[in-house]
Amino acid sequence: MKYPYFPGCTLYTKAKKLDDAGRECSQKLGFELDELKDWTCCGATFPLVNDYHIAMSGPTRILADTKARGDDKLVTLCSVCFNVLKRTNHVMRNDEERRAKITDFIERDYHGEVEVLHYLQLLRDEIGFDTLREKVVKPLTGLKVACYYGCLLLRPVKEIGLDAMENPTIFEEFIRALGAEPVEFPYKVECCGAFQTVHSMTTATRCSHDILRSAKNSGADLVITTCPLCQFNLDDRQPEIQKSHTAFSAIPVLYFTQLLALALDLPAAGLGFERNLIDPLPLLKEKGIVS
Amino acid sequence: MGELVELTGLKDGQPVTCACALGNLTEFESVPVDRRVMVIGGGITGITAAIDLGNAGYQVMLVDRLPSVGGRMLQLSETFPTLDCAQCTLTPRTVESGQHPKVTLKTSCEVIGLEGEPGDFTVSLRQKVTYVDWNKCTGCGTCIQKCPSKGIALFERDAGRMTAIYTLSPQAVPNKPQIDPDRCRYLTKGKCGVCAKSCPVGAIDYKQQESFFAARVGAIIVATGFDIYDWKNKMPEYGGGKIPDVIDGLTMERYLSASGPTAGAMVRPSDGKEPKEIVFIQCVGSRNPEFHKAYCSRVCCMYTAKHARLYKHKVHDGQVYVFYIDIRSTGKGYEQFIQQSVSEEEIIYIRGRAARLYREGDKVMVQGADTLTGKKIEIAADMVVLAAAMVPNAGAQELADILGIECNADGFFIEDNYKLSPVETGRQGIYIAGCCQGIKDIADSSAQGSAAASKALVFLSTLRRQNQEAV
Amino acid sequence: MKTVISRSQVKGDFVSKVAEISGENFFNCYQCGNCSAGCPSVDEMDLLPSQVVRYLQLGLVEEVKSCKSMWVCAACMMCHARCPKGVDISKIMEALRVLRLREVGAEAHIDVTDFSDDYLARAPQIAMISGYRKFLPL
Repeated sequence: MKYPYFPGCTLYTKAKKLDDAGRECSQKLGFELDELKDWTCCGATFPLVNDYHIAMSGPTRILADTKARGDDKLVTLCSVCFNVLKRTNHVMRNDEERRAKITDFIERDYHGEVEVLHYLQLLRDEIGFDTLREKVVKPLTGLKVACYYGCLLLRPVKEIGLDAMENPTIFEEFIRALGAEPVEFPYKVECCGAFQTVHSMTTATRCSHDILRSAKNSGADLVITTCPLCQFNLDDRQPEIQKSHTAFSAIPVLYFTQLLALALDLPAAGLGFERNLIDPLPLLKEKGIVS
Repeated sequence: MGELVELTGLKDGQPVTCACALGNLTEFESVPVDRRVMVIGGGITGITAAIDLGNAGYQVMLVDRLPSVGGRMLQLSETFPTLDCAQCTLTPRTVESGQHPKVTLKTSCEVIGLEGEPGDFTVSLRQKVTYVDWNKCTGCGTCIQKCPSKGIALFERDAGRMTAIYTLSPQAVPNKPQIDPDRCRYLTKGKCGVCAKSCPVGAIDYKQQESFFAARVGAIIVATGFDIYDWKNKMPEYGGGKIPDVIDGLTMERYLSASGPTAGAMVRPSDGKEPKEIVFIQCVGSRNPEFHKAYCSRVCCMYTAKHARLYKHKVHDGQVYVFYIDIRSTGKGYEQFIQQSVSEEEIIYIRGRAARLYREGDKVMVQGADTLTGKKIEIAADMVVLAAAMVPNAGAQELADILGIECNADGFFIEDNYKLSPVETGRQGIYIAGCCQGIKDIADSSAQGSAAASKALVFLSTLRRQNQEAV
Repeated sequence: MKTVISRSQVKGDFVSKVAEISGENFFNCYQCGNCSAGCPSVDEMDLLPSQVVRYLQLGLVEEVKSCKSMWVCAACMMCHARCPKGVDISKIMEALRVLRLREVGAEAHIDVTDFSDDYLARAPQIAMISGYRKFLPL
């Protein structure tokens, strides 16, 4: 099975490990991520005001390109791209006036025909977590994982519709399929501070601390995320957190595809752990997951 | 033996004829049908209506699907604004309804069908299986003392335990036990039989079958009451029922009740410790058209202030915080009650909603806001009490379908005219009263019970006069 | 201090424009404060999200225009996700930012030279793009 795939800018560079692992795992799982040709940035923010349409032209073009290939699904790995594409698609489907403005401007015919899927959703709805469980070669037994959803994978629920807002379970089901143990922690859907990291870093530090502390208090060995921005905040804010909270001890923050790759027995050396600020390898070795 | 009534179409279209061991219906049927009224629901509203009608000389059948009457009020500790003991206030009325020569109690009993016309309805009822022959049972309670199987008590709302053979409360009317077949060792495993062996009159009947009967009545009063919104399943932001020290207001009533599972000691569920920091959250699931119930649940402001006050009577050095949006205290003496509670008990009212609760260690973390100071507030509470919305009791829509009356989108029965005929329905001869019509407090509920009784009397006496004139 | 409010103020141009481009009706809000209770960025805000809406209800635009809160909002949408009236404050905050920037032009909220090379080497593009875009007149 072949799925059109939109990696997005960050996955081409800073979050290459999220992308690499996702692609490699897909082969192991029997599907192919077929990258769109000539794709552009999704814009990285969905325009929240009604009189600003140009920001939707990029994502609409991406969606129209997918349709033009004769495909009706588009897979993304990045929470931000997923959110922007999904919300833009919602406008294309439901708002005739705005759709006309945007499609006229980019001179494309698009009415929201494509279904935007997050990789996690693809695993749940197209592959199935039961199948995934069967394909797991090295179950991540004994690993306690805090599944951090953040904002953009879930909200707004009426437009995204991936899972429940307050107590989603898709990520935990995924983790169970890998043989690891998800821990419930109260901050799993709270914001990490997002792009405030470039403007109000204290917000990102404080929010990240709340999330990480909550995960640790719940007994997590590590945190996983789908979002490069969350990964960056949660990982890179830790030295700063330790400065003001001396009792805080570091916790690795991985992409979900990295754990998936380990469970499918892909070599750890190719998973880009060296780019993690908090090195997960000592933990993974201790747990016998990486030798 | 009561009258054997043949009912058709009750079970798989087959005629069913059942002898019901229900005591004597002769008395009930001794008067013409237009002098008989059925009251469905044996809470304070239904009891009030039944006693009024009985005193007026009408024969009343008071039906409740639970094994005894008293309804929600019996679960309450003390009632606002006077802080009277609910059981002390109510028990004389439940006893009166049980002993009234004109009132026939039919408990563990459900309405399943209706035929006929206003003035002469035939109501089909199902007598549920109790596994106890109530005609033989003397209510001595030996079976309850001897029963070895303990479990969650319905009446105590998870706060206490009770035996598999039980009455809802010690002063139950009728004081006849029934067996919970899901917990009874004999009925689930075929071994035990302690209650049967200990019963001095041989009233235990493990093979009892449900039975059906019909009653002809001239009018019907529906007073089926309320339940608590299913916050445990619908509000994960408040822990979804998984945080033991987060309870709802009705459960708090049991903790505060002198006859409750803790004998009135203020302890929290998780570890039995006395909570020193207690948070009350109002408007839980109510005033929330986007996700839950749009309406104001109307009595929560008052009972929360009452809870706060009763808590302080028990824990003098405790601190109470109440998250509220608006305070609604429109009954007689209610505003004074609130103000007195706040100033005497130094309750901190925080104007804002709490967005989220989560557990941290042995504390319940409360994330709220005080819109008056413009601060986001966090409280590490020992216990949290949710003033969850009241909703119509389960089965209201089904009953409406049977009776040919209507429910609104929230499941409350619709009155003929909200202002001018608030207890009448679209169907003549059928009246509604109490919380099944819309949320109200005890004072308003009993007023409506009396109102519905008088409307039934007016209808039946008018009908009789018209019939006499026609003759 | 006394604040005079009037019909013309409550229905003023700025307030109407915020309502128009955000698509939100401030009068749906009954000030329960749930948004503020759940907002992760309140620590850095000068007005609670619910207060921003309150000032808009009263038409007190100067307080709103000068507030820090709109710039601190990360559009995490938790407020909207829990609002009992379905008010999307993230849209209101964006409308405020957008109108402010259209009025005064780009504000230098971020200076790229403030970032260390190390930070720039690691910060994902999506952070930079969305962070910067928030301060550009649209």
